[in-house]
Amino acid sequence: MPERRSQRSIGGLTRRQVLGAALGAAALGAVGFRPRTAGAAQPPIRIGFCVPLTGPYGSEAQDQVRCAQLAVREFNASGGLNGRKAELLVRDSKLSPDEAATRTLELIENEHVDFVAGSLSASVQLAVNNITKQHRILYNSISQSDAINEPKDFSRYTFHEALNPTMTTDAVGRYAFPRFGKRVVFLLPDYAYGHEMTRGFKRVGKEFGIEVLSEIRHPLGTTDFSVFFPRIRALKPDVLVCCNFGRDQQITLKQATDFGLKRAMKIVYPILLYTARLAVGPRAYQGVVGGTSYYWGLEKTVPAAKQFNDRYRAAYGGRVPSDYGAFGYAGVRTILASVRQAGSVETDAVIRRMEALHYDFYKGPEYYRACDHQAVQSVLIVESKPAPADNQFDVFKILEVYGPNRVHLRSCRELGYS
Amino acid sequence: MAALTPELLALQLLVGLALGAIYVLLAFGLSLIFGMLTVVNFAHGAFYMLGAYVAFAVAGLTGNFWLCLACAPVVLGLIGYGVERFLVSPLYGRGIDYPLLLTFGLSYVLVEAVRIIFGKQGYPFDSPAALAGSVEILGNYFPLYRLFVVAATGTIVLALWLFVEWTNFGLIIRAGARDPEILRVLGIDVGRVWRLVFALGTAIAAMAGVLAAPLQGVTPEMGDSMLIESFVVTVVGGMGSLGGAVLAGLLVGLVVSLTSVVAPELAKLSIYALMAAVLLIRPQGLFGRAGLLG
Repeated sequence: MPERRSQRSIGGLTRRQVLGAALGAAALGAVGFRPRTAGAAQPPIRIGFCVPLTGPYGSEAQDQVRCAQLAVREFNASGGLNGRKAELLVRDSKLSPDEAATRTLELIENEHVDFVAGSLSASVQLAVNNITKQHRILYNSISQSDAINEPKDFSRYTFHEALNPTMTTDAVGRYAFPRFGKRVVFLLPDYAYGHEMTRGFKRVGKEFGIEVLSEIRHPLGTTDFSVFFPRIRALKPDVLVCCNFGRDQQITLKQATDFGLKRAMKIVYPILLYTARLAVGPRAYQGVVGGTSYYWGLEKTVPAAKQFNDRYRAAYGGRVPSDYGAFGYAGVRTILASVRQAGSVETDAVIRRMEALHYDFYKGPEYYRACDHQAVQSVLIVESKPAPADNQFDVFKILEVYGPNRVHLRSCRELGYS
Repeated sequence: MAALTPELLALQLLVGLALGAIYVLLAFGLSLIFGMLTVVNFAHGAFYMLGAYVAFAVAGLTGNFWLCLACAPVVLGLIGYGVERFLVSPLYGRGIDYPLLLTFGLSYVLVEAVRIIFGKQGYPFDSPAALAGSVEILGNYFPLYRLFVVAATGTIVLALWLFVEWTNFGLIIRAGARDPEILRVLGIDVGRVWRLVFALGTAIAAMAGVLAAPLQGVTPEMGDSMLIESFVVTVVGGMGSLGGAVLAGLLVGLVVSLTSVVAPELAKLSIYALMAAVLLIRPQGLFGRAGLLG
């Protein structure tokens, strides 16, 4: 059974196996193979899942696949939709909006997916959303974006499980500016994610009277940041706000540490990535403060986090889920929970259930706001630390949790919804 | 914006020099292969990447950076030798686009192979412990490892220059670049010389890959942009000119570094602006001979 093979591979948790399974699934899809569960007459519920397995955000994307698979497996193990199973169709967006749009179109037209979840990168999700909107397919996005909340891109088929830059930077800025200082330099990747994060920081920064000394933009996928460092140093900021992501974040912090930047200023990130920190080691991330949607250490206080972590540990050899991985889990699980409540895969019925959903699947209470389907949820502030000898995954210290009632979203009116 | 003080300028120049060092090595190999074999080697970026991955594998097994620096050029030299012998050499005499397309395809195969074997996402790579620290230069910290990259590149280039200028084999290489026909008449196995030159160029690319790994980590795509940029360097320096490759490599590093201070968004673009400017004034590049591609 292709489905079983793919599950076992994912459980084994080597990258090659995960990718092999993904490729295998893609190949099977390409020749029109339809896996069927023995005895079940109905076709499976199909969820398209397009994420950038190749490229600078690959580590994050792979964990999104692992977590999304977990949600699908839980749904199937608990009986599916009256015995009807779900399956995940994983595709590689290669971090390109065009590639993602093509893959999504194929998923809809050739694979006849019932729902789409996934995508990582602010600009890629808008491309996917554009396609799903046109085809009236429910899409749950699991990557940061402000634009996806705005009337130009939003549609009733659009849900946004990830944090958005406004709520993220509001929490991080509120924490950081009073503590670390008001002279700020921004280093950001030159695309939507970087622009929206910087805009958000400036917005909250106004409240604290920050002074923006410079805004340095670099291309996504830059491999050498050293050329920016002498100038950043010469500007003498209190805080260097870096808004890059994935491998860019790893490289920035490694090189900034080598150039001694941390001795002269505090480095703050809107999103401090668990995957990147784990990959690059403690030295580069030491002392850096940032926001996150999820850290597994939340399990000490949040029962749902403990359950989620335990399931992930059981499935993937004792490891723990990442922040962006958890988005993959929640993004798929909210769809499947709504399917079960609706008793069907009919898009309108599922949308109505999702709009009414109040859920606590992994990090504490969440719900989708009515006007823009933004998931209202907590933002965590964490600081990187060296892992203790007895737990290599214990890399962040939670400094503060801004719960759903303390996060600041742009109001529906401000966004232009009546 | 910070004023462009002499200290800042000096630091930017130093950063640019370190950045240019990797370009120098890549362009040197490209130019060597082009100058001798008239092969436009599009697999050069993939060889650079493979060198870094060999180092990654060796570092994983032994944890010794110096062993990586020794192993990767040897392994890639052998691969380069095999590639020339079995893939490139059958195409000689068929026009310049045949080996170009072949190496282009080969680079895809190599990158995919690395993705299958090592995974798509790439890995960080630690600087050797002895070079992990920083030195203070003009009140700023500068990583020791970057200074090492500059010194290592200087040493490698010097050694290669001595080799080409002062050894018998170097003499044969230079003669072969001028007139392979006469060389053959003189009883020298030109095919073997070309094979060794291709292997040498590949080994230098591998060395560049190893040196770059601690700066940015290893990824299957690390050679893609480097290939394009080192081609620009080769064109600026003059296709086939070794001295040109060295000078243009450093020049590109400096231009990128200085543009980053004034207009960071234009840093990458500045490389191409430089190329356009040089080509307008000297179509054959700074030190190139005209008509090599004809």
